[in-house]
Amino acid sequence: MTDSTSIFPKKIVVLLVLLVTLILLLPAAGLTFGDPSTAVTDQYYIQNSQVATGANNVVSAIVFDFRGFDTLGEACVLFVAVLGVAMLFRRVRK
Amino acid sequence: MTSGLIIRTAGRLIVPLIFIFGFYLVAHGHLTPGGGFQGGAVIATGVALILICYYYKDGMEKFSPAKNFKLIEAAGLLLYICTALAGLVVGSSFLFNWLNASGGLFGHAVAYGINAGDLFTAGIIPVLNFAIGIEVFGALSVVILYMFAGLGETTREEDEAPDPALLRKGKKGEKK
Repeated sequence: MTDSTSIFPKKIVVLLVLLVTLILLLPAAGLTFGDPSTAVTDQYYIQNSQVATGANNVVSAIVFDFRGFDTLGEACVLFVAVLGVAMLFRRVRK
Repeated sequence: MTSGLIIRTAGRLIVPLIFIFGFYLVAHGHLTPGGGFQGGAVIATGVALILICYYYKDGMEKFSPAKNFKLIEAAGLLLYICTALAGLVVGSSFLFNWLNASGGLFGHAVAYGINAGDLFTAGIIPVLNFAIGIEVFGALSVVILYMFAGLGETTREEDEAPDPALLRKGKKGEKK
């Protein structure tokens, strides 16, 4: 069954997706996962987060202190999402 | 929509425990796994359970409408931004941990190393946890309330009326 709305034939699309996947996977093959010597940031957080923030929970220290601005963005995303739901489910006077 | 008697009865028992657990997750966010997002979501689950247990129409007469939850949500986000901006005034930068080790609220000195933890440590992290908890609780409650408003729900009278299938069976039995 051919999709009339698609610009490219299906075979070319599948080939393109496979090609992009391969291109993205190639640099990943050279990375060494789980190598302790590459985990510089991890070690910094584990050793210094309690001293720097006073929180015993390292995850909380990162989320609310080191990456606090990111959390503010997340909260704003939630706010906008609820705005969208409120707009979608609003009562319309007929 | 009908939900069974078991769900309604058990839900009424569980709702306060869910609220307490959600508050615990938010309050101990800087000590144990959890935090504002998780705790707020748990508290919002309790709100959903209240609406299921006590019927939407009955609940809305005593429960605060969605407008109040919108205010709660905005207040949470404002508390976060104000705490972050206070760091700019008191300390050096936006989101500066100005309450940490100050001796005041949440300003106790931290025992370094592996320890059980003190609730009043970590400076602005618990404050931000509460702000996020309030915001997520309000936001998810608004979503739940808006979606419940459009739901076709049976009333209490319809649920408590005897099952017509059972009635028919009883009548057949009487004839025999």
